Amino acid sequence: MEKLLEQIKHGTVWPFPGGVHPPQQKSQSNSEKITRLPLPDKLVVPLKQHIGAHGKLIVDKGDYVQKGQALTSPTANWSVPVHAPTSGTILEIAPSPSAHPSALPELSVIIKPDGKDTWCQRQQVSNIKTIDHDELINIIHQAGISGMGGAGFPTYVKANTDKKIDFFIVNAVECEPYITADDVLMREHAVEVVQGIEIMQQLLQPTLCIVGIEDNKPQAISAMQKAAEHNEHIIIQSVPTVYPSGGEKQLIKLLTNQEVPSGGIPADIGVLVHNTGTLFAIQQAVYEGKPLIERVVTVTGNTIHKPGNVWALLGTEIKHLLDCQGFSPVPQQRVVMGGPMMGFTLPTVRIGVVKTTNCILAPDHNELAEPGDEKACIRCSACADACPVSLLPQQMQWFAKSKEYEKLQEHNLFDCIECGACSYVCPSEIPLVQYYRVAKVEIKEQQADKIKADRAKERFDARKERLEREQAERQNRHKRKPTTKSADEKQKVADALARVKPKSDKDGEKSAVAAAIARAKAKKQQGEQLEPDNSDVAKERAIRKQQARQYKEEKESQGSSESTDDKKSAVAAAIARAKAKKAAQQNSAESQDENTDSAPVDDKKAAVAAAIARAKAKKAAQQNSTESQDENTDSSPADDKKAAVAAAIARAKEKKRQKEGNNPS
Amino acid sequence: MTLLYALIALGSLALIFGVILGYAAVKFRVKGNPIVEQIDTILPQTQCGQCGYPGCRPYAEAIANGDEINKCPPGGESTVKKLSELMGVEAKPLAGGEQAEPIKTVAYIREDECIGCTKCIQACPVDAIVGATRQMHTVLIDECTGCDLCVEPCPVDCIDMLPLAPTKQSWKWQLDAIPVTQID
Amino acid sequence: MKLTMASSPHNHSQKSLSKMMLSVIAACIPGFIAQVIFFGTGVIIQLVLALICVSVFEAIIMVLRKRSIFAALSDGSAWLTGVLLALSIPPLAPWWVIVIGSFFAIVMVKQLYGGLGFNLFNPAMAAYVLLLVSFPVQMTAWMPVTELLSQPTTLAQQLSIIFHNFTSTGFSLEQMRTTVDGMTMATPLDTIKTDIAHGLTVTESMQKPIFGEWAGLGWVWVNLGFLLGGVYLLKSKIINWHIPISMLVSLALCSAIGYVANPGTEPGIIFHLFSGATMLGAFFIATDPVSASTTNKGRLIYGAIIGLLIYLIRTFGGYPDALAFSVLLLNMAVPLIDYYTQPRTYGHGEVK
Repeated sequence: MEKLLEQIKHGTVWPFPGGVHPPQQKSQSNSEKITRLPLPDKLVVPLKQHIGAHGKLIVDKGDYVQKGQALTSPTANWSVPVHAPTSGTILEIAPSPSAHPSALPELSVIIKPDGKDTWCQRQQVSNIKTIDHDELINIIHQAGISGMGGAGFPTYVKANTDKKIDFFIVNAVECEPYITADDVLMREHAVEVVQGIEIMQQLLQPTLCIVGIEDNKPQAISAMQKAAEHNEHIIIQSVPTVYPSGGEKQLIKLLTNQEVPSGGIPADIGVLVHNTGTLFAIQQAVYEGKPLIERVVTVTGNTIHKPGNVWALLGTEIKHLLDCQGFSPVPQQRVVMGGPMMGFTLPTVRIGVVKTTNCILAPDHNELAEPGDEKACIRCSACADACPVSLLPQQMQWFAKSKEYEKLQEHNLFDCIECGACSYVCPSEIPLVQYYRVAKVEIKEQQADKIKADRAKERFDARKERLEREQAERQNRHKRKPTTKSADEKQKVADALARVKPKSDKDGEKSAVAAAIARAKAKKQQGEQLEPDNSDVAKERAIRKQQARQYKEEKESQGSSESTDDKKSAVAAAIARAKAKKAAQQNSAESQDENTDSAPVDDKKAAVAAAIARAKAKKAAQQNSTESQDENTDSSPADDKKAAVAAAIARAKEKKRQKEGNNPS
Repeated sequence: MTLLYALIALGSLALIFGVILGYAAVKFRVKGNPIVEQIDTILPQTQCGQCGYPGCRPYAEAIANGDEINKCPPGGESTVKKLSELMGVEAKPLAGGEQAEPIKTVAYIREDECIGCTKCIQACPVDAIVGATRQMHTVLIDECTGCDLCVEPCPVDCIDMLPLAPTKQSWKWQLDAIPVTQID
Repeated sequence: MKLTMASSPHNHSQKSLSKMMLSVIAACIPGFIAQVIFFGTGVIIQLVLALICVSVFEAIIMVLRKRSIFAALSDGSAWLTGVLLALSIPPLAPWWVIVIGSFFAIVMVKQLYGGLGFNLFNPAMAAYVLLLVSFPVQMTAWMPVTELLSQPTTLAQQLSIIFHNFTSTGFSLEQMRTTVDGMTMATPLDTIKTDIAHGLTVTESMQKPIFGEWAGLGWVWVNLGFLLGGVYLLKSKIINWHIPISMLVSLALCSAIGYVANPGTEPGIIFHLFSGATMLGAFFIATDPVSASTTNKGRLIYGAIIGLLIYLIRTFGGYPDALAFSVLLLNMAVPLIDYYTQPRTYGHGEVK
């Protein structure tokens, strides 16, 4: 340990294997100061912008909120609140496309700014030595701070670790090309960042704090060195420019020569890593009382007229950022949130900036080439040479394609950090990372399915046991009656069943099915047919599946934003499906009966149907009357119920009519 | 004489191996029929009966006794593949022209239409429907296996099998399926 | 105007399969020129023949497999196979040798296994071995270097030999191979082997005119040419250093040990390194990514065993050169090597 400290203070770094050197492209955006954007027309603030559950909503549609006012309050499970980025009125609280590769909708608060930008009450701390650990953690928690580098892990959870931390590492590497948000933040606010570091030092009491900055940011390095001069426990370490040295695990290896065990977290080896932006946010929360409502975002790319860094309120739509910086899109424009190596393309520019948005990249086709066609892997293992975690991407690619997930896991798929170095160097342009991502999701799904299957089995067994027990109990009860002979008993039950059956035969189909079952049973008894005949069921199922598929396709073709329509159409489709199913059954039953005279059957059916409808109506009426007697005080629910029942009957009747209409007479 | 030596050598070899095999048969005897267990763990445990057997376990027993391995639509092709590996038989396409990857569904009761007949509760193989007579029923989505068995008995047809909505966790990076909007 | 969705990374190094293959072909040029200078223009004829054959066979297979002919040909891998095959067979071998070789390499070894990336064996070397085993006479009929020939050959005569077995003046290949002093010439490796079997020492054998100062006349330059090309490949990071270096070091080490143990019958390090197909093999054939090991440790082992086998077969085996056999044998061992030489993943196992 002593020796390690000595080496670190001496400026030693321990390179990790692999890595690539994509063109830096940082000079476009880091020459100007950070600018502040005009207030946008509306802000879309998703409730969940971090890893963990979202908090409980504490505002309502139409409420007036002040700048910095909390919109949610944290509950359990790592939840972190979100705040109003400016003062204004809440237009709506609705799902809207999220800042995630899938853009699946996320519940968001949509605020219309009033232009006044009035702050809520703020509590500022002037001397952090005066407040204790728990209070500091609470400030950080209530300020809604989560990791601003990429993953979005709640900061208060990290800061509140009960493990002994030796090294507190500040990730100021920013190894992704194009992004300069942390670079300019350190140039302009080094003092605040160092104050943030000191807050963390007070919380964690680490032996040493190391700030890792890539050597392509000399101005940031000197600014930080100047700001941290007074604190001998902070070391500003310049690290060689290689992608992905900003990966948490790579940085730990680089700065301390330690490796986080697979599946573990840095705290397991006494290391904690925070991003520069996060530390600035901590400083703002503690000293200024400002919750996390804005961040620095790099807006860059060849299609942007004024590439640079901006202070963007969380919830500012990407469109606003692009418009303010000047944007002339090219055909098949890509808009990437994040950097070119790990960022994801956005399907719409109507997505709000979130806590983890560090860059908006709008490249043209010359600077970042479109991916070409995938060609055959020649096992050149350029990918393995580039892999920063020493995986064998080319082997894994074969397994991923052939869905050999066990082998993939043996090859440590889950240690893949999805940095994209392998895809970047692949001469065959194989989208390796894409394969691994899909495989990861499918493996996780399989594991979840396995757990679910086990539980289903358990429940099925429990149910079977219960049914057997109940049956045994019934038999015991009967045994206690010595007068009844078992044969008589059976006869009686059979008679009862025979009486009950016609009643429940609401249309001919049941009797047909019953007949089929009876036939099957008879056959089985004769020993002719050992396998059950499930062809009818299979047919029905095929129809159902077909409809499910159609439904899915329909849904996919529709826009995701029209959720209410979706719902409606889903219900409609379901109803249509159910009807079609019944019709199909009816037809099949029909075809079975076709040999016999069909007209009498129809008559009979109609009669039966009418009888059943009558019986049901009567039953329902009775039911209603008893209920309304019971619930004299509260009549409206009963009315509802009545209406529902009436509707159900009407539907049943309608169904019958339709069927009769369908019947070939 | 050489013939005798050969006979003695072969005979003693046979004896030795016989003893070893006999010992191994006794020593490493497996209790029960683990193959059924193994098959059972591969099956998706929807207990839907679509294979024609009343549950997954009976089908597992049937497979162990030589039934076809392609009768499990909820398991899809992946289950058939795994079964074929385990049983050492050729993987066949699913019986009845089922599609390779089944769409996962859960039962959904349109609750304002439910008349509280409990028929679906009796039909559910995993007790995933709760409710009582003349009370509204509802499905425990987490426990529902999507087996379809409750749809048939419902007298008012208020049960739908709805595809599970994708979540960010279950999303499989189908980038081409995301609807893209115009930049205006 | 719509937005486009794509999977990260959104950037690419602009390395491409065809650029790689063409670079390897380009790196063959120095060795190729040396071969033309010392063994005549027959090499060029063979090369043209090989390129035509591999293109035709690849195209036919692509039509049969209903794939794009252009995509398959434009990756350049078939041409590289053709070039390597043309460089390894005797320059005046009959035309059908290269046709059969190309057919076997492209159709049987590469495409029937599933095409580029799926072949277990190096196509050029598998074809070479097939030809060597099936047509030993034609495949060992190397001409001595041009300056030792009794009569200089013209391009027309070489064409005539390749396509009609005789020159226009009626000489056969056997007669052409006869040198000034009326002796039929084999390759230096062959000569040494035969001479040692006949009880001569290396020094005595090396007196023969086909040997230069260190090794076979002309062969040294051919090997130096391929070495130059190999250095270019290493420098442009198209191949990794592991396989060629470990193979050459292993071969040098073995021949050094042999020389120390038995100086009379051992030609020594320089001879081994600059004879036959050593350099071509080390930089162009053993490094074929598809059939070689893919882990760094595995590559060292792979190269080292090839070097060892080359030495063993050259010294004790029945064939004068051994590159093709060694490479094919090790191709078979690649899955095993790869399995046992997986690198330690970050965060796994012993961390120092």
